[in-house]
Amino acid sequence: MNWLYIAWRNLGVKKLQTALGLVLLAFGVGMVSLMMLAEKQLTDTFDRNIRDIDMVLGAKGSPLQLILANVYHVDAPTGNISLAAAEKIARHPYVAEGIPLAYGDNYEMFRIVGTTPAYVEHYGGEVSEGLMWSEAFEVTLGAEVARATGLGIGDTFFSAHGLQDGTDVHTDKTFHVVGILAESRSVIDNLILCNVETIWGVHEKTGTGTGTGTGTGTGTETGTETTGDAEREITAMLLKKRNPLAILTIPNMIRDTNMQLALPAIEINRLTANFGIGLQTLRAIAILIMILSFASIFISVYDSLLARRYELALMRTMGASPGGIYLSLLLEGGLLSIGGALIGLVVSRLGIFALAQIIADKFHYDLAAVAILPGELGLAGAAILVGLIAAAIPGISVLRMDISETLAEA
Amino acid sequence: MRFPDLACGRSERLLLLGSSGAGKTTLLHLLSGLLRPVGGEVEVDGTVISGLGDRALDTFRGERIGVVFQRAHFVQSLTVLENLALPLFLTGRRPDPARAVAMLEALGVGHKASARPRDLSVGEQQRASIARALVHRPAVVLADEPTSALDDASTEAVIGLLETQAAEAGATLVIVTHDSRLKDRYPNRVELSNLTHR
Repeated sequence: MNWLYIAWRNLGVKKLQTALGLVLLAFGVGMVSLMMLAEKQLTDTFDRNIRDIDMVLGAKGSPLQLILANVYHVDAPTGNISLAAAEKIARHPYVAEGIPLAYGDNYEMFRIVGTTPAYVEHYGGEVSEGLMWSEAFEVTLGAEVARATGLGIGDTFFSAHGLQDGTDVHTDKTFHVVGILAESRSVIDNLILCNVETIWGVHEKTGTGTGTGTGTGTGTETGTETTGDAEREITAMLLKKRNPLAILTIPNMIRDTNMQLALPAIEINRLTANFGIGLQTLRAIAILIMILSFASIFISVYDSLLARRYELALMRTMGASPGGIYLSLLLEGGLLSIGGALIGLVVSRLGIFALAQIIADKFHYDLAAVAILPGELGLAGAAILVGLIAAAIPGISVLRMDISETLAEA
Repeated sequence: MRFPDLACGRSERLLLLGSSGAGKTTLLHLLSGLLRPVGGEVEVDGTVISGLGDRALDTFRGERIGVVFQRAHFVQSLTVLENLALPLFLTGRRPDPARAVAMLEALGVGHKASARPRDLSVGEQQRASIARALVHRPAVVLADEPTSALDDASTEAVIGLLETQAAEAGATLVIVTHDSRLKDRYPNRVELSNLTHR
């Protein structure tokens, strides 16, 4: 027999009220924690894929679209730019490194990207089986692509034109899988990588122009260094800065071209700021629910006090101190709120798992479960505090209770 | 209200008789330390309880006094046996389930030990509350109208058990009642009706 047991049994007697308090609190905590988890996952994924890509050079259009297409590979590209012009920028003294990206085809919805091995190195990717591509039409698969398509080293496939569907298949060009990358938990897991010439080669004959456009080079030519060839086009160039002034000088250099310079950090901030309105609304709703659960626990404890006034007076007759009885009421509120907070944290994890499934199917993004965030500890603490306060306030009347009067009333 | 000087020796029995409004419950609350007298003293088991501090009074009451109320009340969320553990737990002592079960059995409600109080009949509840009033071996048992809700047969049984159990525990028994059925049972009685003047 102890106060905790008595509080536990008292909660057990009023099952409906206890359940209501638990559900409300769990819902409030769950929603806030789900938002924290989702925000964390989102920013982690964004940050992991930005790494130190300081600038993206691409065709004019929406800068956000340029970033989404070329850094995250989720949107359509803005268009093509001249390889020669892009390389001129990449050689600028303020620029440390430029990685070309060219694309226009997909295989089973996985984008085929023409680039250099520097792109893989940039994301810390390593070849786990086979080799990095070297010749045209040799491809190295991202880990997720290999898993999802079942392709292995030595397999061949045809690409489909465009980035989204498999209706227009280029049956005249065969891709050869020469290697598979180890999982890097970045965008390259979901890409099929090859050299830029391969992309030009695919469209050599069909040349519909909506992809990487009208490449004229032959597939075997190592043409990325042929700076004079103005007709060769790529989709974008990822740039790392050597000098911060690059951000100011390059836009001047490209003013009269069809190119623009977008900064991933700024565009993503803009994007999350827009998300933020939705998140703030959700957060307000969650806080409202927590206030409701506060009211629910308050009413529950208050009601249980009214119903049990006589019992409490009886316990005082049997020698219980007002403090002991007050403690038992605090324990009731505390048990409720601890239970609600725990359920809420579990529910939010189930929610993020469900969300991860949906997102993984749609964007080939994989959100891993994370440990308890520091913010969530604060959240659980706040929820428990709410429960304790909701019990503490009506409990004050116990301290003031006139036992003799209460007993005489019954 | 004023009450005359009253005294009851150790292990003796005292009946306080009075009609409604005569101040019976007030007197009982004074005796148990639930109320403090405006004037005068209340002495129980050698201690002047009207002079004790709040916390000391709570503890003293819990340890030395057992109360049987007119209608038996229990902590409804606990079983009968757990209710019997309360008097010892609430005064910081180790509950004695063996004694509690033995008392319930002696009072004929042993089979209800693990039942919820609400599942007992009124008579059974009253017997269980006698067990609760005595389980912690108090020096004094105060009974407030213990029989007014009971029929003749039950009254006889409950009073008999109260006396037996009090005697067994060596406790002083003070019964406050307007139940005239008990009048002739106790030579040591005080009529309150004419004595409580403002």
